[in-house]
Amino acid sequence: MTRYLLKRILMLIPLMFGITLITFSVIHLAPGEPVEMQMAMNPKVGKEARERLTKFYGLDKPLHEQYFSWVGKLARLDLGRSFSSDGRPVADKIKERLPVTISLNVIALILEFGLAIPIGILAATRRDTWLDKGITVFVFVGFAVPTFWLALLLMYFFGVKLGWLPISGLHTLGSDSWGTLHYLWDMAKHLIMPVMVASFGSLAGLSRYMRSAMLNVISQDYITTARAKGLPERVVIYKHALRNALLPLITLLGFSIPGLIGGSVIFETIYAIPGMGQLFYQGVMSRDYPVVMGILVIGAFLTLLGNMIADICYAFADPRIRHGEV
Amino acid sequence: MRNATGGSLLLILLCSLLLPACSTSDSPQPSVKRSATSIPVTGDSLVEGTIGEASTLIPILASDASSHAVAGQVYNGLVKYDKNLNITGDLAESYDISPDGLNITFHLRRGVKWHDGAPFTARDVLYTYRVTVDPKTPTAYAEDFKQVNNISAPDDHTVKVVYGIPFAPALASWGMNILPAHLLEGQDITKSPLARQPVGTGPYRFKEWVAGQKIVLEANSEYFEGRPYIDRYIYRIIPDTSTMYMELKAGAIDLMGLTPVQYARQTNNKSFTSLFNKYRFPSSSYLYMGYNLRHPLFGDKRIRQAMTAAINKDELIQGVLFGMGQKAHGPIVPGRWAYNPNVKDIAYNPQHASELLAQAGWKEKNNDGILVKDGKPFQFTILTNQGNQQRLMTAQIIQQRLRQVGIDVKIRVVEWAAFLKEFVNKGNFEVVLLAWSISQDPDMYDIWHSSKTNPGELNFIGYKNPEVDRLLVSGRNTFDIQKRKQAYFRIQDILAEEQPYTFLYVPDALPVVSARIRGVEPAPAGIGYNQIKWYVPKNEQVYVP
Repeated sequence: MTRYLLKRILMLIPLMFGITLITFSVIHLAPGEPVEMQMAMNPKVGKEARERLTKFYGLDKPLHEQYFSWVGKLARLDLGRSFSSDGRPVADKIKERLPVTISLNVIALILEFGLAIPIGILAATRRDTWLDKGITVFVFVGFAVPTFWLALLLMYFFGVKLGWLPISGLHTLGSDSWGTLHYLWDMAKHLIMPVMVASFGSLAGLSRYMRSAMLNVISQDYITTARAKGLPERVVIYKHALRNALLPLITLLGFSIPGLIGGSVIFETIYAIPGMGQLFYQGVMSRDYPVVMGILVIGAFLTLLGNMIADICYAFADPRIRHGEV
Repeated sequence: MRNATGGSLLLILLCSLLLPACSTSDSPQPSVKRSATSIPVTGDSLVEGTIGEASTLIPILASDASSHAVAGQVYNGLVKYDKNLNITGDLAESYDISPDGLNITFHLRRGVKWHDGAPFTARDVLYTYRVTVDPKTPTAYAEDFKQVNNISAPDDHTVKVVYGIPFAPALASWGMNILPAHLLEGQDITKSPLARQPVGTGPYRFKEWVAGQKIVLEANSEYFEGRPYIDRYIYRIIPDTSTMYMELKAGAIDLMGLTPVQYARQTNNKSFTSLFNKYRFPSSSYLYMGYNLRHPLFGDKRIRQAMTAAINKDELIQGVLFGMGQKAHGPIVPGRWAYNPNVKDIAYNPQHASELLAQAGWKEKNNDGILVKDGKPFQFTILTNQGNQQRLMTAQIIQQRLRQVGIDVKIRVVEWAAFLKEFVNKGNFEVVLLAWSISQDPDMYDIWHSSKTNPGELNFIGYKNPEVDRLLVSGRNTFDIQKRKQAYFRIQDILAEEQPYTFLYVPDALPVVSARIRGVEPAPAGIGYNQIKWYVPKNEQVYVP
């Protein structure tokens, strides 16, 4: 087992190297330059100012030198400084945005699974009834509706018309001076709409998964046996069937872990939430190489890590994998 | 989203959406008038919605409008533009220009203090100059200061600047925000904490910056022009304009810029006009269609004149701006002193357009109704940048109008970074649809002089005219306003005749301010110039400390 683990960890090194190389090439292949984005179309900028900035960012050096200096810093866990005019360390920029994005995604994820599972069970056990059909229509509407449109409608209704919920942002102005509970309640109110909108769209996929897994299990012999024993339907479904039906969903949950640090540009922009999606989007639009590469590398690393953990879990479960027989 | 409007001069950015400029004859009026009898009182906050977040609050390092807007409240320059767009002293109490135009002497205000209590002196001015021209400073604003031959401070409150040649834009360049030498000297300015916690001399002092959410400024009780009445100035970052508009309607924002459709159609009901005052004045920018003069198709001026005659500018203003703008006839916005009111622009006349095209040899039409010459159809692509719906709509209306005279136009929309690098800088385009933001000073050497046609420079259409070159130089090398006027009037005549651009329209700036804010007085400079005099009557204050 230790050997297997060691092998997996060693394999990460060339993979990470490949990732850095691809990340670096992709962003440098994109047309446009960071200096251009800051200086272009400004009559006050002369050639000298451009050269000054190019040199300041180290963009005058040959590409391979730029790459190795970046990778060298990366190896020391230094993501470098942003190419935007604030020139702040990329790590700081990511750090101040990560908590918001992760909390929002975790809440949305819990909500998605928390709703999709009962919806799926309900649809499976009441198969082909009006309830099943109604649920199908509802979740597919959620799937089909464009996020930004739904978000704007909700904002107008709850924010402007009824005035129940704040429209955008994370805090009400002046909330810093309130008590802790009041402050948290204010923040929760700000999160209601974005979380709702974020989870509504993914309900369809998950609940359909749950429904079909459940239907699959219900048709198994052991369920028939359980029913034949005279167990109440509730126990049959929730004790015997549910556990097995949940397995594919748990796999799906595993897949969504790396996605937790990524944010959606669209709803972050609409709800004015300063998350990772906006940071990445702005980074790409202004060709802020260090920011873009930093986020990509972290994302890739987390995906690798997630895969590795999953593999190790499989290895625990299946001796053939850890002995390298398959 | 990045709205790439192009030339962004430091000075005009100081007021962000409160962009100045307006004609004196057509004084803008607020849509609601409230009794102005109450006496100004202190208190309350003003919340401004902003699409982009500031990047750094050290203004010489910033290249975006949001940063300059915030910095403009925290810092001062030596000079500024007053409500009528005349240059007046700011940190300099007064200034003298020697008769030959080579020496400018600034007499600095006494008793001005930085927000940390240190006194403001000539040392700060010298430091700001030196750090800006220092080759190690990554700034976009060194160019104007490069004309300076020598700068000295005979005493703590006098600064003498010597120029090699008389340079008219020089005076305005001292509107550059002055930085605190005592906090920056001997340090690496790119790593200074002042970027996130600025210390200035301005009406508002920095309080707090919550990344991605808001920047809070507090009234400077020791401000040399008097304490601003409104206690706090808060910038809320809301990247989406629809969201911002809803926040405005919900009362969470007091000040923002409206879109033309919002101004013209969505804000005329009583429930809106009783809560907000709308303002309208020409912005300092114009939209144009620029022809690549290196391209064989556009070398002939009759072709370019024909295009202008085929385009109905009124229709563009109605269709795209809902009437919130005016026709552009040249590179100077109507209402400025350098604007030539007698310029002979080409009027909309498709018949005239066809005649001009025929003179240039485009007579026959093929089966699709497209003009043909030597077997080749008259066809080109209008290139514009992504993310600007107004430009796309303008291009589409132009496309339809040009089709009517037999010209086949395609439209291509390209993302801004690629647009600059692959097309504009390489001269790899036929026609571009873009806008210029322009400064208060009419100097436009960089856009029209024949020496500025290299890759990456701003005369990317390749316009070369020896007379214009001469006039551009004489216009910037004298302080005599009559002589400058003469030069710029003539340039406008030449450009109207030659049509290297088809000048399309000047959109209006459409700010809206909560009606509880009093003291807003629109002037040629817009509304932002007297912000420190704005106030909220005691019984209407919303934000209590």
